[in-house]
Amino acid sequence: MARQGNRLDSKKVNSELFTLTYGALVSQLMKDYDNVEDVNKQLDRMGYNIGIRLIEDFLARTQSTRCQDFKETAEKIQLGFRIYLGISPNISNWSASGDEFSLIFETNPMLEFVELPDNCTNLKYCNVLTGVLRGACEMIQLDITSKFIQDQLKGDNVTELRVKFIKTIQDAIPAGED
Amino acid sequence: MTQAVADEILLDLIHAEIVSYANSSPLNSEDKKDTDYSKIELMGFSCGYRIIERLTKDGTRFKDELDTMKFICTELWAAIYKKQIDNLRTNYQGTYLLQDNSFRFLNKMSNTSQYLESAGKYVVFTCGLLRGALSNLGINAIVSTEINTMPVVKFHIQVSQPQN
Repeated sequence: MARQGNRLDSKKVNSELFTLTYGALVSQLMKDYDNVEDVNKQLDRMGYNIGIRLIEDFLARTQSTRCQDFKETAEKIQLGFRIYLGISPNISNWSASGDEFSLIFETNPMLEFVELPDNCTNLKYCNVLTGVLRGACEMIQLDITSKFIQDQLKGDNVTELRVKFIKTIQDAIPAGED
Repeated sequence: MTQAVADEILLDLIHAEIVSYANSSPLNSEDKKDTDYSKIELMGFSCGYRIIERLTKDGTRFKDELDTMKFICTELWAAIYKKQIDNLRTNYQGTYLLQDNSFRFLNKMSNTSQYLESAGKYVVFTCGLLRGALSNLGINAIVSTEINTMPVVKFHIQVSQPQN
């Protein structure tokens, strides 16, 4: 067969398919909602659902133990990006109290083939990631928030995701089981 | 550019979210709470339409419709689902039957007829994907599925205009 020569790199196709699938989802959401803020919210919510499942896979695969501090958490998050998206965002801009840091993405496979039209300047295209982080961290009893403060789609040089630690979630004793 | 690798679990999870989104579509809640299959299908279509361009860009021209179908069954399926279609049958008049004995989006769910009624929404995306891929290769088709026991899915492809 003539095509035998160029075997497809399934890893690469997989990544492209993921990018395209995500793109199709975002464009469907843009069609469904009038308000861009609602799209951002919906993406975050979906990310949350993905995150609470993805953490199981992450823990099983990396056999990570409990993080001693938030710095270690940041490194684990970085590792997560390497495993699942094949990128290593830089960790920087720690706040003095050590409860806030930034993930700097120089490249992001999710942004391949993407260009934002002028009418959705408020769209946070990658907002699914904030949800993923929140969901995943919640499952390991960390309450965090994150938001994009720089975005390559909006003309910034890098994409910057700011992650903030809120509190540790305490195990609650179920009622009547003292 | 980058050595892009997205893990396959991401596709599984995002697919699950797409299905659940269409399942609880907020905008048409006035009519019954029902899965909006057309939305999933459309998303699949646009993915299929684009991914096939990436897959075929270095390939040679297809001889005929059957050759195209073979490509779909082997290369496209392997690229997306890490396996080939298990069985391809055709009547040589524009009807094709593709059988996958362990369809990825279903094979973790059940291997009996349990949950059979909800299996449909997990194959719609792939129907769209097939339709999109074929459409970009110049074949207009209708894709439908048949599921009897769970991880086995049969995709019926009915080509609307036979090429001469």
